[in-house]
Amino acid sequence: MPDLLLELFSEEIPARMQAKAADDLRRMVTDKLVAEGLVYEGAKAFATPRRLALTVHGIPTRQPDLKEERRGPRVGGPEPAIQGFLKATGLASISEAKIQSDKKGDFYIALIEKPSRPAIDVIAEMLPVIIRTFPWPKSMRWGARSAKSGSLTWVRPLHAITATFGLETEEPDVVKFAVDGIEAGQTTYGHRFMAPGPISVRRFEDYEAKLLDAKVVVDPERRKDAILTDAKQLAFAQGYELVEDQVLLDEVSGLVEWPVVLMGSFDKEFLSIPDEVIRATIRNNQKCFVVRDPKTGKLANKFILTANIEASDDGKTIIGGNERVIRARLSDAKFFYETDLKTKLESRLPKFEQIVFHEKLGTQAGRIKRIERLAAEIAPLVGADVEKTKRAARLAKADLLTEVVGEFPELQGLMGKYYALAQGEDASVAAASEEHWKPQGPTDRAPTDPVSVAVALADKLDTLVGFWAIDEKPTGSKDPYALRRAALGVIRLIVENALRLPILNTAKSALGLPAKADADALPNDLLAFFADRLKVQLRDQGARHDLVDAVFSLGGQDDLLLVVRRVEALGKFLDSDDGKNLLAGTKRASNILAIEEKRDKRTFDGAPDAALYKLDEEKALAKAIAEAKSEASAAVAKEDFAAAMSAMAKLRPAVDAFFDKVKVNDDDPKVRENRLKLLNEIRAATRAVADFSRIEG
Amino acid sequence: MRPERSFQGFILALQRFWAEQGCVILQPYDMEMGAGTFHPATTLRALGPKPWNAAYVQPSRRPKDGRYGENPNRMQHYYQFQVIMKPSPPNLQELYLKSLAAIGIDSAVHDIRFVEDDWESPTLGAWGLGWECWCDGMEVSQFTYFQQVAGVECAPVAGELTYGLERLAMYVQGVDRVYDLNFNGREGAEKVTYGDVFLQAEQEYSRHNFEYADTAMLFEQFRMAEDACKKYLAAGWQENSKNPSSNQKEHLMALPAYDQCIKASHVFNLLDARGVISVTERQSYIMRVRELAKACGEAWVHTEAGRAV
Repeated sequence: MPDLLLELFSEEIPARMQAKAADDLRRMVTDKLVAEGLVYEGAKAFATPRRLALTVHGIPTRQPDLKEERRGPRVGGPEPAIQGFLKATGLASISEAKIQSDKKGDFYIALIEKPSRPAIDVIAEMLPVIIRTFPWPKSMRWGARSAKSGSLTWVRPLHAITATFGLETEEPDVVKFAVDGIEAGQTTYGHRFMAPGPISVRRFEDYEAKLLDAKVVVDPERRKDAILTDAKQLAFAQGYELVEDQVLLDEVSGLVEWPVVLMGSFDKEFLSIPDEVIRATIRNNQKCFVVRDPKTGKLANKFILTANIEASDDGKTIIGGNERVIRARLSDAKFFYETDLKTKLESRLPKFEQIVFHEKLGTQAGRIKRIERLAAEIAPLVGADVEKTKRAARLAKADLLTEVVGEFPELQGLMGKYYALAQGEDASVAAASEEHWKPQGPTDRAPTDPVSVAVALADKLDTLVGFWAIDEKPTGSKDPYALRRAALGVIRLIVENALRLPILNTAKSALGLPAKADADALPNDLLAFFADRLKVQLRDQGARHDLVDAVFSLGGQDDLLLVVRRVEALGKFLDSDDGKNLLAGTKRASNILAIEEKRDKRTFDGAPDAALYKLDEEKALAKAIAEAKSEASAAVAKEDFAAAMSAMAKLRPAVDAFFDKVKVNDDDPKVRENRLKLLNEIRAATRAVADFSRIEG
Repeated sequence: MRPERSFQGFILALQRFWAEQGCVILQPYDMEMGAGTFHPATTLRALGPKPWNAAYVQPSRRPKDGRYGENPNRMQHYYQFQVIMKPSPPNLQELYLKSLAAIGIDSAVHDIRFVEDDWESPTLGAWGLGWECWCDGMEVSQFTYFQQVAGVECAPVAGELTYGLERLAMYVQGVDRVYDLNFNGREGAEKVTYGDVFLQAEQEYSRHNFEYADTAMLFEQFRMAEDACKKYLAAGWQENSKNPSSNQKEHLMALPAYDQCIKASHVFNLLDARGVISVTERQSYIMRVRELAKACGEAWVHTEAGRAV
């Protein structure tokens, strides 16, 4: 079956857009093929800086025939309806229609046969539409045609379209179409500098091979592999080790059609700048890799660049040029770093008075004061030195105003640590600059030093409470202030450090805000948000989210660590036979109660009357409940949830025996009421550990 | 006058190249401005359907970038070479690469790249898509397809090239400090360097821009320029002289009005350098300049040069 080759040749496509564009092209073309009844065998798309390419193989030569029956008006129906039917179906007269009978009477039926079309015609029709509606993140107009409205837009000017269709064994046909004056053909072009001439291509195999001869590697994965292999080799040959960087590799491979990896160096004196600053400078500004000395783990005074040409002087000029630029950039970075070192962090603080954190939440200075106060309150709860914590909170954000962070925002925190150490701060105080931003995401580590933990908690809780107070909560996919991440950060800080922090009280304490808010409703609402985040977190770890509900549903659960421990114990318990049966028994009791409560329009609260027990099983159950309840409550009070669950487990045989031998709806209404009360006691007893009604299964 | 020997030879080579492509070679606009784009030959001429190809050097003043002559490549006054072609020709990238060859940058040994860089000027109400052009890892030019200028859609689109002249010349001459550039191509006693011409000016203007520029006067000048711009714009509208019956009005003073917009923009930059404009005010000043620019653009497309034939 025939194959389709499509190439859209343009001026340089931004590196960050290429992968998605290739994918969009494949998806749009193949979706449309399938919608047209052309089921293909396989498709693959590629991107380089100057082209999007797509190969689809195994497309049928023709569409299958389409037959459709369309039901029309009733025989003898009104004339306008019949005329409309003829018009819609293209029948010349009503005698061409069939008549079909069913329960409702006789109806006209038109048999419409849609003649199948050659695939190449269908493709010629769909491609211009796909090109015109292509979802570039940003697209533009260009050239003389842009004087008129409706001119083609593309990511950058589009110059040529290659589109061929045909069998492997035959000369393929050009898919004939044009978009805004660009005729599809079979001519593409090689590397901009090394082989700029036109190339005639027939199908994907010779397209790929001819382009390779013309110094274009069409497949981005091959370019990435080549860059990575060569870069590692080059570093290794000199006794170094490449600092791998996937994001940079992705970007660099989108900037070249013919990667040529070269190594340059810079003056050793620049190694006095922190490694991270050197790396940020060389990576962000120059898109080059850095290498380290495997013995020390420190950066070496080398960098690796990826050029787009095989230069006639073997790259000497290119290396020289890049070295000059990197020298200038590193001089700037060194200057920034040394300038920063001249100013004490605390003397930067007054400037925060002028910087608005959020219109409704005041200045950064105000925020830093709040964090300092809250961190000082949290400090004793997490075992941190109060004075160190206050100092750390005061300095933690000062590096935002330094030159290096201004230049490289991603170094915030880290630079603060360097500058704090340089001015002789305590190690914990300095570390908090970097650590208090953490954890930044699910894969980031949560800090453990108590000072950092206190500042990190204060920072995140201030953010959460603040945005809650001004009603800027996350909705749906929108979370512009990353509040979900902040809440998850709080949860991880607490759980991973096994902290006992009453979250409601702490949140109330954080409420020393300019905003007016309901002091009670807000923390509870926020607690629900934490519960949600905790559910997501536990679910990601494979725990059951219904268990989180079952625990929070008990009310007053604002100690996240205890919630997590209780959920863990509950999970284990429910995995055991005792747990499963007790859950089943409790559910059965609840179901019976629900039915009987509805029937009698009353509840069965209150203690059962021991005098009304008629059977041994009743007495045994009552005894078991009393024991389990007191034992479980005592265990919960000692925060020994495993013991609480074991206590509950003892309830199981009595419950099972009760359901086995006792008929709840006894003929004597007093006995019946008493038994229902006993069932209610089962439900109540289990609440010592969790709300079993919220547990699924 | 070889381009790699002298700064002036370098400029002459670029001018000659673009003259050969049919551009009118203009002289710098006689007003202070932050970038060559502000020159009416770009801002206003980019609007309207009439073809327009021009190239010129424009001294660019960025008061905040002054470093008292102490930084090797940062200055409050430098030169941009600006090319505008409307409509953008299909081979504009090739023309650009040829222009690099004309100033001694051979694409067989240099690594030339087009790296995404979308351009936006909030003060001009303008944006476009394009690249920064890299030569061996150094940004040497901006390449932009204007999509909108002064709030008006470009139809057709113009292509704009901006060369950072000092930076390119430093690369071609192989010097690391801008003040060491050979300006006139002579050697020995006859040699004039960029520093001979501009170092004192950098020192004096840095002092002026950061420390002494009269802020009370500048605030007043901003207000006056803004008022004058609005006044000229209001006075310039009249019935269409060629076709009085049409309701298409025409404008007779777009250029003088736009001068006041340029003025306001530069005065704002000076105030900004003096640090007397707060973060929140800053936005509102930018908006005010943009409103002027947009009104000037609207006027321009109702002038002889700016409207459809």
